[in-house]
Amino acid sequence: MKPFTVVLTGNPNCGKTTLFNALTGLRGRVGNYAGVTVERKEGSLTGADARFPVTLLDLPGTYSLSPQSPDEQIARDILFQRVADVPAPDLVVVVVDASNLQRNLYFATQVIELGHPTLLTLNMVDVARDRGHDIDTDALSKALGVPVIPMVASQGEGLEPLRHFIRSQASSPGTRHVIPREFNELPEAFGREAQAIETALERHFPHRSRLAAAEALLLLSDERALPTDKTNTDGNTNGNTANTRYPSALIEQVLSARRRLEAAGVDWRSTAIEARYARLFAIEQHVTRETPPPDELLSDRIDRVVTHRVWGPLIFVTVMALMFQSIFWLAKYPMDGIEAAVDALAQWVGSSMPPGDLNDLITRGAIAGVGSVVIFLPQICLLFLFIGLLEDTGYMSRAAFLMDRLMSRVGLHGKSFIPMLSSFACAIPGIMATRTIETRQDRLATILVAPLMSCSARLPVYTVLIAACIPQRNGWPGLTLLMMYLLGIAGALGMAWIFKKTLLRGEPPMLILELPPYKRPMLGAVLRQMWDRSKLFLKRAGTVILGINILLWFLATYPRSSELQQEFDQRHAQWKQAASNPPTSAESETLKRLDQEEAGEKLRQSFAGRLGRAIEPALKPLGFDWKIGIGIVTSFAAREVFVSTLSVVYNVGGDSENTASLAEVMKSERRDDGRKTYTPLTGLTLMVFYVFAMQCVSTVAVVRRETNSWKWPLFQTVYMTSLAWILAFLTYQVGTRLGF
Amino acid sequence: MRPLSSLTPGERAVVARIDIPPEQRGRLLEMGLLPGTPVELVRFAPLGDPVEIKLRNYHLSLRKLEADKIQVH
Repeated sequence: MKPFTVVLTGNPNCGKTTLFNALTGLRGRVGNYAGVTVERKEGSLTGADARFPVTLLDLPGTYSLSPQSPDEQIARDILFQRVADVPAPDLVVVVVDASNLQRNLYFATQVIELGHPTLLTLNMVDVARDRGHDIDTDALSKALGVPVIPMVASQGEGLEPLRHFIRSQASSPGTRHVIPREFNELPEAFGREAQAIETALERHFPHRSRLAAAEALLLLSDERALPTDKTNTDGNTNGNTANTRYPSALIEQVLSARRRLEAAGVDWRSTAIEARYARLFAIEQHVTRETPPPDELLSDRIDRVVTHRVWGPLIFVTVMALMFQSIFWLAKYPMDGIEAAVDALAQWVGSSMPPGDLNDLITRGAIAGVGSVVIFLPQICLLFLFIGLLEDTGYMSRAAFLMDRLMSRVGLHGKSFIPMLSSFACAIPGIMATRTIETRQDRLATILVAPLMSCSARLPVYTVLIAACIPQRNGWPGLTLLMMYLLGIAGALGMAWIFKKTLLRGEPPMLILELPPYKRPMLGAVLRQMWDRSKLFLKRAGTVILGINILLWFLATYPRSSELQQEFDQRHAQWKQAASNPPTSAESETLKRLDQEEAGEKLRQSFAGRLGRAIEPALKPLGFDWKIGIGIVTSFAAREVFVSTLSVVYNVGGDSENTASLAEVMKSERRDDGRKTYTPLTGLTLMVFYVFAMQCVSTVAVVRRETNSWKWPLFQTVYMTSLAWILAFLTYQVGTRLGF
Repeated sequence: MRPLSSLTPGERAVVARIDIPPEQRGRLLEMGLLPGTPVELVRFAPLGDPVEIKLRNYHLSLRKLEADKIQVH
């Protein structure tokens, strides 16, 4: 039996998600709508009659039926039955914040006009009462023509009546009669035009005639509801989905109606909005009894401190520092644990399987590949936990309020700040955090520059290069490190500015940011959301990352030369013959060195090694040799692989703990002409390269997922790598000219 | 008439006219900022921009660039 579908909708910050969690017992499933990165939250009503299952769908928060973001577009399209894999709602539950009645009713009445069976839940009546708004629910129900249930979703008040209502609707089959209602007193000319369009819509789309009146109103008053020649087809936010092709005669009818209204001096864009608000003001006056509110609300008192000229920025910096530090350091412990566990697993599998290619593929390809995905999980979880808490308390919009001025200098939005900051830890959670940015251009610009912020994976690279190349005195090491971080920030801001001026230009987005009242976070829901989002990362990005890791393993392992194998087998046999039993420590040392030499020789002979040599001409102008080339090739998987690759290339052994001994070996490394390979200038050039180069398969995979196309990750990889090459080239050439 | 951004924190006024091009101001109107709406300027952000206003019992933040174009009386 087809489950009864209940759609939850409402403004952002109206408590809709809290209600959804309460109704589904925190057991909702999170996925994505096909083709867009909008979270699709779905769950079953707990306590429903088993014979009449109920599916709940939590739509993204929406201010109106004229969408401004992909989130809002999905919500509108579902309500208009335009999303192929979402059934027509059997019941729409509009959640309304009682303390913010007029603006919430703006959307609620738009939804009621759609003609679906609709119920209104008046949430946060406690907050409204504290603020002096006493709402007569019966009067409101009469005025709106739909049932109204008062509620405090966070305390569970009003949930039972709602459940009961849904259950009774689900168990009584048959069509429900809905009284058509409109909440506009439109000027006569406008109403006449809307009526004519409605009739035309009913004729063209008889299967959704229920929606015709509301659709006609939108077509007439929202210019972006009507597809035009200029409609961008590239992941647009306001275009129409395929099954809404309007016949050209209809489009012409709408356009000429607008022209007629304009000629008559009627503003077709704002008339309906003003008429609705006028009506809502009257309804509010009628149903609300106002008592004088308390002198100052707690939320306003908090805001006086949090957005204070002095305390505001101070609190902000503290919160960000805390968040950044814990993503950086707190995540280190579980990450070390995961690394150790993955190593142990690889070792165990490696020793319990017969040696050979399959063994190698499983341990160094598959297990190491899975490890490289899972290793990000602690950072991602922590970041999502913080973001969830900041969003849930209401601080997130204050952070955007505080930072907007700085970010707007480079053409970005205050909301881009958190993703950029998070990218210091890791670009992956940073890029996933861009979902809070509504404007597509701003979101893309943020995604494109986020990996330029120096992430934690660059730290081992910087560390080993600084140890090997930079003079260890007068604070040079620390200063160099700081310079690299600053260079990344400057690069990110500069590129954002360039992208916003060129590629992602568009009408300058307005900042229309609601500052909702503060509230206590619902920890259970925040944790649940953290896990849902992290799981999505594991599932989608994980598969791509794993695949590419296996490819890179292949490149670093094949082709195998039997001559080389024979040579080393022979030397191993010789060692065995000569060694005493048990071997002395000197003899063990010889064996270790032999193993390292074998690994190094094999890597040099592999495809990766050959690639390193092949790209040498491109690296020569940067002062790099083919050995560094191998490191750059293999570290395309992840930057820190550079360190382990160099260890193999220089026969130090692949352990990451060997940074110090690796640096020693690098210091004594000479070029063919006898000069040192790792001069301060080479080190600096290489670091500049790593500041800007993409060098992270996981980021590519996540950008692919978040932008839903290969176009942007490819563009990003190309621009970052070019930028890295050019800046490294300049560094090296200028440095050489200056005599370093 | 004077721009909304010229109010001092705590000062109230009524929106008279919105001089933002019609094709860009749709969302602003939908948020309830219409001619005739009473507004209160709550504060400016620490860096002077954006500005926080209160209307219809809720708080909204706009850039000064837009607030300059909203005339109040």
